[in-house]
Amino acid sequence: MTGLLQMAGIEKRFPGVHALKQAQFELRAGEVHALMGENGAGKSTLMKILAGIYQPDSGSIAIDGQEVAIASPRAAQNLGIAMIHQELALMNDLTVAQNIFIGREPRLSFGRLDEAALNAQAAAIFHAMNIAMEPRALVEGLTIARQQMVEIAKALSVKSRILIMDEPTAALNDAEIAELFRIIRQLRAEGVGIVYISHKMDEIRQIADRVTVMRDGEFVGTVEAADTPIATIITMMVGRALSDETPPVPDLSAEPVVLEVKGLSRGRAIRNVSFSLRRGEILGFAGLMGAGRTEVARAIFGADRHEAGEILVHGEPRDIRRPRDAVRAGIGYLSEDRKHFGLALGMDVRDNVAIASLERFADRLGRLNEAAMGETARRYIGKLGIRTPSEQQEVRLLSGGNQQKVVIAKWLLRDCDILIFDEPTRGIDVGAKAEIYRLLAELAAQGRAIIVISSELPEVLRLSHRIAVMCEGRLTGILPGGPHTTQEAIMRLATQREALTEEQPA
Amino acid sequence: MTAFPTRTLAAGAKVSGAGQKLLAFASLLILVVGFSLASPNFLQTSNIMAILQATSVNGVLAVAATLVIITGGIDLSVGTLMTFCAVICGVVLTWWGMPLPVGILAAILAGAACGLVSGTIIARMKIPPFIATLGMMLMLKGLALIISGTRPIYFNSTPGFTQIAQGSLVGMVIPQLPIPNGVLLLFAVAGFAAWILARTVLGRYTYAIGSNEEAIRLSGVNTDAWKIAVYALAGGICGIAGILIAARLNSAQPALGQGYELDAIAAVVIGGTSLSGGRGTVLGTLIGALIMSVLTNGLRILSVAPEWQTVVTGAIIIVAVYADQLRRRRG
Repeated sequence: MTGLLQMAGIEKRFPGVHALKQAQFELRAGEVHALMGENGAGKSTLMKILAGIYQPDSGSIAIDGQEVAIASPRAAQNLGIAMIHQELALMNDLTVAQNIFIGREPRLSFGRLDEAALNAQAAAIFHAMNIAMEPRALVEGLTIARQQMVEIAKALSVKSRILIMDEPTAALNDAEIAELFRIIRQLRAEGVGIVYISHKMDEIRQIADRVTVMRDGEFVGTVEAADTPIATIITMMVGRALSDETPPVPDLSAEPVVLEVKGLSRGRAIRNVSFSLRRGEILGFAGLMGAGRTEVARAIFGADRHEAGEILVHGEPRDIRRPRDAVRAGIGYLSEDRKHFGLALGMDVRDNVAIASLERFADRLGRLNEAAMGETARRYIGKLGIRTPSEQQEVRLLSGGNQQKVVIAKWLLRDCDILIFDEPTRGIDVGAKAEIYRLLAELAAQGRAIIVISSELPEVLRLSHRIAVMCEGRLTGILPGGPHTTQEAIMRLATQREALTEEQPA
Repeated sequence: MTAFPTRTLAAGAKVSGAGQKLLAFASLLILVVGFSLASPNFLQTSNIMAILQATSVNGVLAVAATLVIITGGIDLSVGTLMTFCAVICGVVLTWWGMPLPVGILAAILAGAACGLVSGTIIARMKIPPFIATLGMMLMLKGLALIISGTRPIYFNSTPGFTQIAQGSLVGMVIPQLPIPNGVLLLFAVAGFAAWILARTVLGRYTYAIGSNEEAIRLSGVNTDAWKIAVYALAGGICGIAGILIAARLNSAQPALGQGYELDAIAAVVIGGTSLSGGRGTVLGTLIGALIMSVLTNGLRILSVAPEWQTVVTGAIIIVAVYADQLRRRRG
């Protein structure tokens, strides 16, 4: 095995974020190198720099010992670097072969396409990969796993020596994963260097030769996969100091249960999820990206349908099919994507606060009482400390934290006593974060029941009275809040795949 | 945080279109001044009244189109729906011999009912508005021909019917100002629609749906029902346009109608309403409709061939929207 790629001293800043701090990574030909870290650790950013999607602020990249500049995805391709993204980038309406050779189609005279050569070359690649695939099949009709094979074939068609795979198994079943691993091993035997980004500990065990762990944009260490215990890798991933501000967890056992979810299910996304929530409680939902937390929240709120399960609000079963039903039951949902699902950005603060309760401000003819709306908006601006010149400011001109408060005001005005916050501090700067935390604690103290979904473990630990952890659509455990729960304990549950459940007691 | 002072118009309407309205209004003024300098006939009272009269039908249709476009939708059926309603009005008044108010009511209700159907297809069956109203446009065109037996229905048996468009209540009081009733009707419809948009729950949801439908749905609002209501209201307004055009022609012409929807949409766009929804005003649309008729009228007075009038109108649409984009980029 020889040194194929060296990345050293990579720096990258985005507005407000120091994404990579002196990051480094090294890859040999003929190895599978797992790149691990929490959400936001900088794995994807580092790999996007390698794939020419981002430019580093400083640092060096060398291939075969030769320093290179990777100015564009095209340049990366010419250097033999290919990246297979989590969201596959294939054109559904074209065939397998057309997708593989998009932009590089074999041609005949007068710009005519040579479809025969196209299909023959694609067939040759699949033959070399040792899989059966019809080059003339439409991509649309393929499973995600098969589409991934097409992506891999596309990477091989440009003679890639470095293949980056970003969570390739996220949407695959066990048989498909086995097939993927067979191909990865074959590529490794042919000398391709493979970067394997994944959260799944058991996969790392199966497929990786070495593991590099990143945390907060920094390189933590590279270890041999074979002789490093999973626990060590987890500690490397979360090893930062715990927030010392974990608030005392109140005793809520005497409070009534306001929300009870029993056996909630939908396909593979939500699998038999049950939990309850008491008045005044903050229930954190931890898990890795794609664990199904947002799906659970949207199902409870009626934004998406669920196939099975019961939702009880204040002890009464409620049939929630649409957001309207949930809102009537007193449930408010604050999406992680405020701009798309929470706010009408072009409208002012007053309208956005009132939009869920507009009927309240209307007389029998449907005329709106603008004065009352304005007064209400001003009251919430004062109460939540929304920084805006006036209630008639367009919401798009507010900062992220203040936009979030406008959404909170909307639900408070609607008298929602169950609030689901999905990544409440995403896109919000550090100062405003503390304010949102304080606000959530206050709302709970006032008797509202709160669910907080967060991918940041310190945030979950700091806010939650109890912590529900999900992995692959299942609720793998509920941990008590407070200083005795560690990030390691959460990570263990968050990576507890079905096959491992017996081996690893929670 | 940057502080953008936000003004509120007297009507409480959204200010976002104010800049474009100013721009549109300035263009209208320049056109009027230009044409009156070019031809002494342009500013004659009779010519002004002719311009206003010519604006009335397109203006009412454009108001209907404005409501739908603010929701982020489009209504291609306004023209043939107008004709359909005119035919219904003719059937009720001339064939069945019912009194005038019944005929008027029938036309408006027919329009609202068709709007309800379009809205339902769009909101409940999730067919894109362009397709749904394209289908409605053709169906209504055919139905108008079928019901009327492809022949015009005249209103000779309904005395006073033509007065709805051609008479002048104002002229009876102030002879110097013979504003046709059709124009009064346009102003009334526009005022009503502006009031709905600025002051009522329906209006607020109209903007909200155009601004971010999913966020509004997730706020627990029955967006489907409100969207249907907007299409129904727009349909009712098309019914009024149907009465207007029938009164102007003293007949329901079943072959008429197709093409009117594009003029209406053009007026809306020139008036600064965004086709992507969420912003726009009725006042802007009125100015847009006036710009189109002033242009047509002025060019005719200057003896420009009608073919060229069409070319100029097309160019104006593009220039208007481009100017709006420039303004927005700078803002």
